[in-house]
Amino acid sequence: MVAERYKTEFQLYPYQKVPGQSGAVQRHPVVIVGGGPIGLALALDLGQKGTPVLLLDDHEGAGLGSKAICFAKRTLDIAHRLGASGPMVDKGVVWNVGKVFHGENKLFDFNLLPEEGHRNPAFINLQQPYFEQFLVEEIRNAQKQGAPIEIRGRNAVVDLTPYDDHVRLTVDTPDGEYHLEADYLIACDGARSLVREKMGLTFDGRMFEDNFLIADVKMKADFPTERWFWFEPPFKNSGQSALLHKQPDDIWRIDFQLGWDIDREKEMQPDRIRARVDAMLSSQSGSIPNYALHWTSIYTFQCRRMKSFRHGRVLFAGDSAHQVSPFGARGANSGVQDAENLAWKLDLVLKGIAPEALLDSYATEREFAADENILNSSRATDFMTPKSGISQMFRNAVLDLASRHDFARPLVNSGRLSVPCTYDGFAHFGPDALQGPAVTRPGAPCVDAPVGDGYVLDKLKQGFVILALGGDRPQTVRACGVTPRVVHIAAPSPELSARYLGSAGHAIYLIRPDQHVVARWASYDPKAIAQALSTAIEGA
Amino acid sequence: MPLTLSANIPDPDGFYDDLLQAHDGLSDAESHALNARLVLILCNHIGDRTLLRDAIDAAKTTR
Repeated sequence: MVAERYKTEFQLYPYQKVPGQSGAVQRHPVVIVGGGPIGLALALDLGQKGTPVLLLDDHEGAGLGSKAICFAKRTLDIAHRLGASGPMVDKGVVWNVGKVFHGENKLFDFNLLPEEGHRNPAFINLQQPYFEQFLVEEIRNAQKQGAPIEIRGRNAVVDLTPYDDHVRLTVDTPDGEYHLEADYLIACDGARSLVREKMGLTFDGRMFEDNFLIADVKMKADFPTERWFWFEPPFKNSGQSALLHKQPDDIWRIDFQLGWDIDREKEMQPDRIRARVDAMLSSQSGSIPNYALHWTSIYTFQCRRMKSFRHGRVLFAGDSAHQVSPFGARGANSGVQDAENLAWKLDLVLKGIAPEALLDSYATEREFAADENILNSSRATDFMTPKSGISQMFRNAVLDLASRHDFARPLVNSGRLSVPCTYDGFAHFGPDALQGPAVTRPGAPCVDAPVGDGYVLDKLKQGFVILALGGDRPQTVRACGVTPRVVHIAAPSPELSARYLGSAGHAIYLIRPDQHVVARWASYDPKAIAQALSTAIEGA
Repeated sequence: MPLTLSANIPDPDGFYDDLLQAHDGLSDAESHALNARLVLILCNHIGDRTLLRDAIDAAKTTR
């Protein structure tokens, strides 16, 4: 029987018995374990490319609770490429202004001041179940158009055996166990990954000794759509820090940092949670507004990653491979980037176009990204929870100075918000022969910019692209059986020029299917482009 | 520009006196906090990361 580990918010893929549960064991090219944001994004991406994918989830839909609430621009750009971003941005709460308090005092405001000329905002707040629901809706659309994606709800992987050229799985269902085989198994099964555990793989890192209480409250309040963060909050029993942030549906996320030595069961009692929330809300409005507790949770966190994200035919993505503190929204956002890095590589390998070694570049690139995210979130955690007397001293000195002096404000760290990493110096990238802007150097994810009525990222879909800016329309090239599409923009907008040309009059970019720049040149050289394309697929 | 470790402060006795006077009447905790603020203000004034690393290294070397 499949255990219910949590309640679901939305039922999205109810259990249905399928013929594969009896008779001969079936082999699938790709099996994904876990229907969270990462598994769903990967399934959609692969299916749209025509690679058959089976997703197994031990529940029937999105788990209850807001969980990851902050989705960054890169995630929305990826969702846009997949055709799923529209309802996310429509539903999500866009915010730009934050306030930082220390005790009773407001230290400063900040405004993310988003750069103009991007389709998507810097961030939206959206409850994770909605994110998952919108991905599943797009999967249903893709299925109608023939995308070979199958989702099986209440299919719990309970055991697996990896072989050199496939993985054998035991799957439990309400109708009992069955077996299946996968050419590749992708573990998107979260921080407590059963796949990782069954393979006996370690997960090393740092545990932070702290407990955070999350309370999602539903209320009609006229607080502005801003991120309010308190160091040493002045309201009663609120711990070391507190956060107030708006979500859709009149839900407000409230976080209290409770410290390590607490009685979890007691702190989860609704009366105690309400007392804390009352104190916080009344400190702002003078009275306690009407509200309802919508979802509450206590969590501790760790910053750690697997040594390698690839183990033969098993690959790990998202929280199963790496965990960070929540400060900076680097969990789900970085996981969605894992999915997009892996999707095109797995697709090319399964189609026999790329060597299997391309999958090792998934591991090395995303391990690097995980290290960057862990570094950022560990630094935020060290600032928010000073580990020694002297770090407390410096932290409070920074907060004190920040209220009076601009220079100290960049030192205040309540989480550096998620940005995608640039794969500088990795083997699957080519030359920078443009001397163009650093933001679009080889290894970087393409930044958005207006083109005509739309945006440049709209044009960087479906495989490799040769992007020609200014100059004449170039011919495409062919290498390793791949022929990139040519996108020629004869008269780039000022934003596009600033972000891709700098002082150059024209440029040629080779761009991967995950919209990272492979290489760029000042002028068209088909041999050099073919060489870079081969590097992107086969390595240097 | 390398880190200046040769004498650079005019009226060294006057400066030293200013530094001590700033701590007059403060508890140890208040003094530590003042030092922390002072370090941050001076570090920001210098700004150059290489110089700051060199200064931290110089401070860590006690013998």
